[in-house]
Amino acid sequence: MKSTLLVGALLTAMTATSAFAQAIKLADVAELSGGGATVGTNWKNGIDLAIEEINAKGGVLGRKLEVTHADSQSNPGVARAQVQKALDAEPYVLLGPGYSGSVKVTAPLAAEAGIAQIMGGEAAELTQAGNKFLFRTSFGQQSSMPKVAKYIHDEMKAKTVAVVWVNNDFGRGGRDVVIKELDRLGSKVVADLSTEAGQADFAADVGKIKAANPDAVFIYLNEEESARILKELKRQGVTAPLMGETTLIGQKVIELAGDAANGARGHVGLTTDAPVDLVKQFREKFSKKYNYVPDHNGLKGYLAVYMVKATTEKMGKVDPKKFADTLHGLTIKAADEPGILMDVTFDQNGDLDRQSFLVEVVEGKQVVKQVLPKVK
Amino acid sequence: MSNLFDLLVAGLATGAIYALVAVGFTLLWQTSQTINFAQGEFVMLPAFLMLAAMHAGAPFWLAIILGILLSMILLGLAFKLLLVDPMMRHGVLPLAIATMALAIGIKEAVKQFFSAEASPFPSIVPTGDISILGHAVSLQSIGVLVVAILAVFGLSTLLNRTSLGHQMQAAAQNPTVARIIGVPVERMILLTFVINAFLVALASLLITPIYLAKFSSGEVLGQAAFIAAIVGGFNQVRGAIAGGLLIGVLDNLAAAYVSTQYRAAVPMIFLIAVILFRPQGLLGRAEERTV
Repeated sequence: MKSTLLVGALLTAMTATSAFAQAIKLADVAELSGGGATVGTNWKNGIDLAIEEINAKGGVLGRKLEVTHADSQSNPGVARAQVQKALDAEPYVLLGPGYSGSVKVTAPLAAEAGIAQIMGGEAAELTQAGNKFLFRTSFGQQSSMPKVAKYIHDEMKAKTVAVVWVNNDFGRGGRDVVIKELDRLGSKVVADLSTEAGQADFAADVGKIKAANPDAVFIYLNEEESARILKELKRQGVTAPLMGETTLIGQKVIELAGDAANGARGHVGLTTDAPVDLVKQFREKFSKKYNYVPDHNGLKGYLAVYMVKATTEKMGKVDPKKFADTLHGLTIKAADEPGILMDVTFDQNGDLDRQSFLVEVVEGKQVVKQVLPKVK
Repeated sequence: MSNLFDLLVAGLATGAIYALVAVGFTLLWQTSQTINFAQGEFVMLPAFLMLAAMHAGAPFWLAIILGILLSMILLGLAFKLLLVDPMMRHGVLPLAIATMALAIGIKEAVKQFFSAEASPFPSIVPTGDISILGHAVSLQSIGVLVVAILAVFGLSTLLNRTSLGHQMQAAAQNPTVARIIGVPVERMILLTFVINAFLVALASLLITPIYLAKFSSGEVLGQAAFIAAIVGGFNQVRGAIAGGLLIGVLDNLAAAYVSTQYRAAVPMIFLIAVILFRPQGLLGRAEERTV
């Protein structure tokens, strides 16, 4: 009898130890090379930092988090293959990609597998296709672009606007919404310029902007191209105020564009310069670990992991099938989960609501000019 | 049309870079009848060698000298002796494939040892503008154009006006006869590779402040220069120069006057037209094939 009890106790202990040791597996597919390398590297580093912190404090429900990183090469075709491979390993949640085009082609795979996908894409259409497994880490363009258009119209008093955008899903999505909103508000779009990802020479585009002589220029390109066009705008002496959304005034752009970035303004859902204590602490931890100041993608990756933590703790169990249902309609308060940095609410489409910021580049630094409150 | 002048200058400056890189294609084609598909990466690497020297504490001018010297050793001598010579024995196709592998190797190595992110790179030319005919023209564009023209002029002088250049041309045109008349063919071919390495290092120095130092920047550049070399004439240095300038200008004019959305397609359409109607390129000479 004694020996049976002993064996039983041992088996129970082994099972418990095994359950404790069993890690929660996350899969990340990000732009670690190619045109989106800045995006993907920041995103990955944010994820790694959050996981390190959470594991150091005992993990989620007593289980450690583990992540595998795969490189989409900033190519939607490669992203799809990498996501398929990642899903074959049956992760708890899929993280990434950051490019909207890559999210668009990978979201159906995650939905089919019934796995929640927490991504960095901002194209408006992503969460409008009825996919119940897709979640944002930042504003979609349908939330941010109306704020941008309103600022251009109300604050910049621009009657005419030139819109420059990158010819991919991200750029086209933003361009469509902002033009519609500008039109609704009564600002006329006098130049509508498409550019290519990886484009080096912006002389012709800036020449067209100069010829159109707008009251304001809205720039919606990826980071490196944003830096190049800022340099060219300065070189050709364009004096119209420059407005962007997140990418235009990112840290990497400021580093690459130098003086040419000064004066550029933008709406940002996330910035490490936000006057929020938890965000400042994040910036300090990230900079200490990686020796550089992250852009908004670092924040997105970090928040993605804390979304996983908060949702799982809300459920009280690790259940990949119920994860998406739980996250829909969930409000995560920074007071309860400091890793989420700011109070955030997720709606039924996977879109989020939280406060945002209007920033300007002043002497090579982002300066927050206004804090815009949560919509609801 | 008021900005036509600006567009031409900017296009010529970009085109001059394509020309420098395209010349490398033609030099190697003439001497070894091969296409170096790593030519774009050859332009990307010197910038990182210079950045590495600067990170190690070298001033910019010293980093430039070290970068150019290292490029001549790695991308000229080592490339010829360690890759081209051994692979050449197996034919032109295996060699071309080996250069593709080399391109991937260089790209991945730079990504691994430096960063996947772009880095700023100092310019040897001041960043201001000067006024020409009432137009503000970037000093950087003028600098790129002038240095590229000087480099190409120097190369033409070397090839056409010096004994060394004549020997190089003889070695390229008919190695057997050149050997009979006492030309050290192997040494001349090696010299061609070193000159190519010097040109790509120069191109790297000129273009990186504009394109930014990034492991993948050779892809776009290599492709543009390859198109330029075909358009101009793969077997003529002057063809490569003309092709480079033409593609640079065409790209800018297409963006301004045709469509920014389809600017990337215009050089490709031009390339197809050239291949269809003048396969040897605009300034190239038709090569006879012995059956």
